[in-house]
Amino acid sequence: MASDAHATPNLSRYFVPAPSVWPFGLTVALILTVYGVSGYLEDRAIPTTALITAGVALALFIIFSWFRGVALESERGLYNDMVSRTYRWGMSWFIFSEVMFFAAFFGALFYARTLAIGWLGGEGEKGIITNSVLWPHFDPSWPSNGPGHVGGTFETVSPWKLPLVNTCLLLTSSVTITMAHHALKAAHRRACVLWMLATIALGSTFLYCQATEYMEAYKELNLTLGSGVYGSTFFMLTGFHGLHVTLGTIMMISITGRLLFGHFKPESHFGFEGVAWYWHFVDVVWVGLFIFVYIL
Amino acid sequence: MAHEHAHDDAHGHDDHAHGPDKGIMRWIKTTNHKDLGTLYLFFSFTMFFIGGLMSLVIRAELFQPGLQFVDPELFNQFTTMHALVMIFGGVMPGFVGLANWMVPMMIGCSDLALPRVNNWGFWLLPFAFTMLLSTFFLPGGAPAGGWTIYPPLVLQTGNSFPILIFAIHLMGISSITGAINIVVTILNMRAPGMTLLKMPLFVWTWLITAYLLIAVMPVLAGAVTMLLTDKYFGTSFFNAAGGGDPVMFEHIFWFFGHPEVYIMILPAFGIISSIIPTFARKPLFGYASMVYAVASIAFLSFIVWAHHMFTVGIPLAGELFFMFSTMLIAVPTGVKVFNWIATMWGGSMTYETPMLFAIAFVFLFSIGGFSGLSLALAPVDFQYHNTYFVVAHFHYVLVPGAVFSIIAAIYYWIPKWTGRMYNETAGKWHFWLSSIFINVTFFPQHFLGLAGMPRRIPDYAVQFTDFNMVSTVGAFGFFVSQFIFIFNVLACCYGWFGRTRNVSNQVWEGATGLEWSVPSPAPYHTFEDQPLVGDDGMPVHGDAVAAAAH
Repeated sequence: MASDAHATPNLSRYFVPAPSVWPFGLTVALILTVYGVSGYLEDRAIPTTALITAGVALALFIIFSWFRGVALESERGLYNDMVSRTYRWGMSWFIFSEVMFFAAFFGALFYARTLAIGWLGGEGEKGIITNSVLWPHFDPSWPSNGPGHVGGTFETVSPWKLPLVNTCLLLTSSVTITMAHHALKAAHRRACVLWMLATIALGSTFLYCQATEYMEAYKELNLTLGSGVYGSTFFMLTGFHGLHVTLGTIMMISITGRLLFGHFKPESHFGFEGVAWYWHFVDVVWVGLFIFVYIL
Repeated sequence: MAHEHAHDDAHGHDDHAHGPDKGIMRWIKTTNHKDLGTLYLFFSFTMFFIGGLMSLVIRAELFQPGLQFVDPELFNQFTTMHALVMIFGGVMPGFVGLANWMVPMMIGCSDLALPRVNNWGFWLLPFAFTMLLSTFFLPGGAPAGGWTIYPPLVLQTGNSFPILIFAIHLMGISSITGAINIVVTILNMRAPGMTLLKMPLFVWTWLITAYLLIAVMPVLAGAVTMLLTDKYFGTSFFNAAGGGDPVMFEHIFWFFGHPEVYIMILPAFGIISSIIPTFARKPLFGYASMVYAVASIAFLSFIVWAHHMFTVGIPLAGELFFMFSTMLIAVPTGVKVFNWIATMWGGSMTYETPMLFAIAFVFLFSIGGFSGLSLALAPVDFQYHNTYFVVAHFHYVLVPGAVFSIIAAIYYWIPKWTGRMYNETAGKWHFWLSSIFINVTFFPQHFLGLAGMPRRIPDYAVQFTDFNMVSTVGAFGFFVSQFIFIFNVLACCYGWFGRTRNVSNQVWEGATGLEWSVPSPAPYHTFEDQPLVGDDGMPVHGDAVAAAAH
């Protein structure tokens, strides 16, 4: 790319944003929140509720204002191609960092399943002694809550009930958001909004099903976050995924709002595309979860 | 491409050319890469000072056997916090500060790609570190389980535990946003003609460093999140009774931790690769091989992590794999050292302060590299693991490695930043005192380690006394020598040797690159228009390009 730019130099000037107080404010908000949460976790005599409430409220206000400001700058036509490419690259790398975050938890799952449980059951050189000295009667099968039966006997969630429904919901939603994107590019705003509403409905239904599944797991299957390493990996992976679906749904609601305000043009709508990329990412993670957490 | 831009040119002007706000609000609200670079560097300076004071407490306690100044619990808090402060507060922000200042100037653009995010990334750090350092005053004190925060030990931390975890999360957010910003700037905002293989090595090394950061900081975030839920929410990731494994934490941690080691040294390679050609007055020897070497080191950094864990009981095949993959890293590193020496070979060398620090870097970093190579041998590591030999090794790569490169970079570029030359005599004093004292501090630690003195202890057997005394004297000497540096830097900033800014654009006779084509001090927004970069990496007649724009 740089070589053809050599021939025809790109002489457009840069977009340089004005100084902004939002980033500093967001930092303050985050500090209030995490300081409150740390006080809460350790039962310290500090006003934790006030700190958390103030922090979260301030953070939400700033995130809204900051994104609103960016959306308005975009609508005023301040962004040139370079800014557009910046957002594309930025979003791609952000999603890559999210992938690596999930990789840590998937790694924990694979390690526990294929190595740790086996060693506890007496496999390999280091397992023999661990097993015979500490837990001679441990049966290394998966799912497992370890030789200490942490959390008590539990049953697993059947993949072919709600999880299968959820898989269909998310896969469908990836299709509907693509339909919305095509409609936007064809300047069919009404169709685009309708497809988006369908996507949001699918995402919300997914969250509802996931919540139902969690309640069943806790009440009927005795599968909890404390059910040994199975419960830990199950709830942390699906829980962080659910958090990302929630975030994605909120993002989709806000871009649908922007569509209704007349934002985005058929040829320029990265705010929309960024959310769509994020949604596809959440979808792909779910497929990984469905296979490795639920089925296998 | 040009026609797409024609209409954009009309916009963009409105929101352009903002001057900075006045007073403190300038620094709180700034979106300017130079302001933020300065903030990062001053923050890094402050953290080096605080972390340095902690190391003095450690060295004072170790001056002689027995307990003198601090009890063992407080000693552990100081070793833990010394590491966290130096790594996440000193070295990393120091390099990010340099990237902020130099990357846009080196590739020919006006600012980083995401200036507001850049501000956020910076301001997270002082808050996170204030919060972390405040744990010294909590009941139970600061975290004391070592910076590697291994469970189950770290889970015994008291009130400060969640603060430690959240501080690491916030530092992670800061690093990831900063890294995304730098990658995007480099990939997207290079001036026309600045092809990838024309970029200065400092830009290349930062591109790869930023990639490593984006890849591994989220893994650390995941690891510490698992610690948090293990302690407060009943999960069993690192609890063998529940089917987890404390060793699993070590794997996840070092999957982050080993690339982290290269995050702290690759930008240093870039700095040294900029300085040596300038003062040898020769182009860098083997430019392309330098790029490939850095990329190979980055790749290898992902498959060597368990060499930190040779003694935990990993299977023999694992020991062998990680031993050989680790030793492979010596190959690209050897290529780099060879190229630096080949650059100097037959050059018209002069020895200004940045060059002195750069040469010391090549020599002393290599010592750290060789001790690393010894530690890479699994059977040898069984002997050296957790001894002062390891302490000597990583301090050799981090202090006369990473820290010397930051110092060299500041001497090298501060005339460009302030428009004033530093005091060369003071610089030379700083160099010689630093180089002598750093070796006095850390070289004896090799012997201590080989003789079996364990790390992270406040007391030791009497036969280790002599070398410990020497090491402590060196540490105090090194710390005091840094006041010359502080004086020299502040003198440049505030014009204590005369207020005139009389440095030429090029500053150094042998310097090449875009940053030396702009005035000293560099204007607030360096390139208002994109320069056209020629084959020599310098702008093609700036006026003609600007005229064509209007």
